[in-house]
Amino acid sequence: MGVETLTISIIILTFGLYFAIGYAMQVKDTRGFYVAGQGIPAIANGAATAADWMSAASFLSMAGTVAFLGYDGTIYLLGWTGGYVLLALLLAPYLRKFGKYTLPDFVGERYYSKAARALAAGVTIFISLTYIASQMRGVGIIFSRFLDLPIEWGVGIGMVVIAFFAILGGMKGITWTQVVQCAILLTAYLVPAIALSLQLTGNPIPQLGFTFSDLVPKLNRLQVELGFQEYVAPFQNKPLLDVLAITCTLMLGTAGLPHIIVRFYTVPSVRAARYSAFWALVFISLLYTTAPAIAVFAKYTILNALNGKTLTEIQSDPDLAWAISWQKTGLLGLQDKDQDGKLQLRPNSATSDIRIEQDIIVLANPEMTHLPTIVTALVAAGGLAAALSTASGLLLVITSSISHDLYYHLFNPQANEKQRLFVSRLVIFLTVLIAGYFGVNPFGFVAQMVTFTFGLAAASFFPIIFLGIFDKRTTKVGAMSGMVLGLVFTSTFILLEHFCKVSLAPYFWGISAEGIGVIGAFLNFITTFGVSRLTAKPPEEVQQLVEFVRIPRNLRLVPRTPFNQKNYLLPPGYGSSTEQQRAT
Amino acid sequence: MSEERLAAYWKKNTLLIGGLLTLWAFVSYGCSILLARPLAAFKVGQLPMGFWFAQQGSLLFFIGIVLAYCLLMDVLDKAYDVHE
Repeated sequence: MGVETLTISIIILTFGLYFAIGYAMQVKDTRGFYVAGQGIPAIANGAATAADWMSAASFLSMAGTVAFLGYDGTIYLLGWTGGYVLLALLLAPYLRKFGKYTLPDFVGERYYSKAARALAAGVTIFISLTYIASQMRGVGIIFSRFLDLPIEWGVGIGMVVIAFFAILGGMKGITWTQVVQCAILLTAYLVPAIALSLQLTGNPIPQLGFTFSDLVPKLNRLQVELGFQEYVAPFQNKPLLDVLAITCTLMLGTAGLPHIIVRFYTVPSVRAARYSAFWALVFISLLYTTAPAIAVFAKYTILNALNGKTLTEIQSDPDLAWAISWQKTGLLGLQDKDQDGKLQLRPNSATSDIRIEQDIIVLANPEMTHLPTIVTALVAAGGLAAALSTASGLLLVITSSISHDLYYHLFNPQANEKQRLFVSRLVIFLTVLIAGYFGVNPFGFVAQMVTFTFGLAAASFFPIIFLGIFDKRTTKVGAMSGMVLGLVFTSTFILLEHFCKVSLAPYFWGISAEGIGVIGAFLNFITTFGVSRLTAKPPEEVQQLVEFVRIPRNLRLVPRTPFNQKNYLLPPGYGSSTEQQRAT
Repeated sequence: MSEERLAAYWKKNTLLIGGLLTLWAFVSYGCSILLARPLAAFKVGQLPMGFWFAQQGSLLFFIGIVLAYCLLMDVLDKAYDVHE
């Protein structure tokens, strides 16, 4: 069977699986639709969170980015994993105890304000829409790369698949599909990595091969010979302070991203929320510790195979057939610019005979290691799983912000279950169309937009959720002013730099747009904290809400004022009456 | 549950979080970034220690930190009888 037939078969097989799960997991109420009935086991939620998190970019581009940044690639490796420690310790258990449906739910109720809820919903929608557009684009790119379909077709196919299981199954359908997608994408990522590691280092575990073999020292020497810095040398592309700021921004942003936060509402208990953060980190780290290993293995293989050879040597060597086939896709450029007969990689891209695009580091792996074609097909299915799972998680967050926070809470509080469910499904459908539109017609600056989302999440959500739980004194006015200041500061900085080419970096110790979110978060934090102390204490029932989220069990506190059950107890069916009796 | 007992439980919880986050900051911002240059003098396997922390070690520490939090909170929840 040819590669294309095999790829198509595997893709159809996996899509069929997603359809089947979506069909099997149909939901009938809003609780099932928004938070999967709060019945997802910790390890499954961990896998779903990991799939939500690992996007098309993580799967296809991250190892490539690290290969080119060397040490400095650490900003992504640390930034996109370290945030889970913050989530697990500072946010997830308490948000689970709060136990509603969305992030704006928490913001709106903790800060007793419809305006706060609306602002949170707006920011959630903006962040998630930006993010989902690049995922739909990712689906299109994978289809075009592996099957030569036009990008628009790929986006269209992706839209149909996502719409089907999300509309039928809501969060429940999405979650169980993501569990399967997590398994597929990790397998697709690890199989070529293990093969490459065995071939180059003799060790089947890529992380160990990377650490203990002499490959990194060899790559160091090779880079120095070619006029680059050593691969492991820190701060070659970015100064120390910027590396620090970007890492911190990505960590805070990770902990503030709405589509990750809502995942912790879907588990049955506070304890399960903690453990699912642990499992999520395990699954994510499996990919994130493999990525730097792949980066070194593939970079060394490519440099070693091509540098110093003549074009005819490469064309006649059957072992290097992959170089020719990837040259055709434009991801690899081989051109003897100085006409000396030999291809040479040079630090200056204008004079370098070899041009390597980042994505090839992952995509060309199966061929470089001469793995059977089924592995290439698996990589395609893995990339699609990564893009679809992230897109579906984002889709649900956008939908719940619109239908639950804006429609139900602000416009039509009388809406019954049926109406709310209908509106949710309608909004999913419309959102898929919008996301698909942006997938086909991407904004001019996709890369900066992703930077923007992390900066905004860090500068808006993280500080006020954290203070909302850990500081009882934080008030509505405090949180609103902090959130607005953080948002305005961060967006002004990034938009000025992008649209007006005015960089404010010199006024902020040279921190780039990518890392400015940490300053925004800091401003938000001190403003929220300070203003809260100048304004009247939050109402008694809000203070009780804070005490309520701090303890895992559904206890009632020995009396100050009667506990307001209507507002703070979980949806019907949660917890037993005996437990509440024992509590008092 | 009395307010004093809740306060004591909460204090232990925040102390634990504080301790674990100090370790988190030390490996990620400290060993991986701020100390990357000085730590290059030491090796883990074939890698300079700062580089190892930045691309492998910190992630292993993160997993350990979250696991430790889960396990210790199980103990704390039971001790204060607030487990679910």
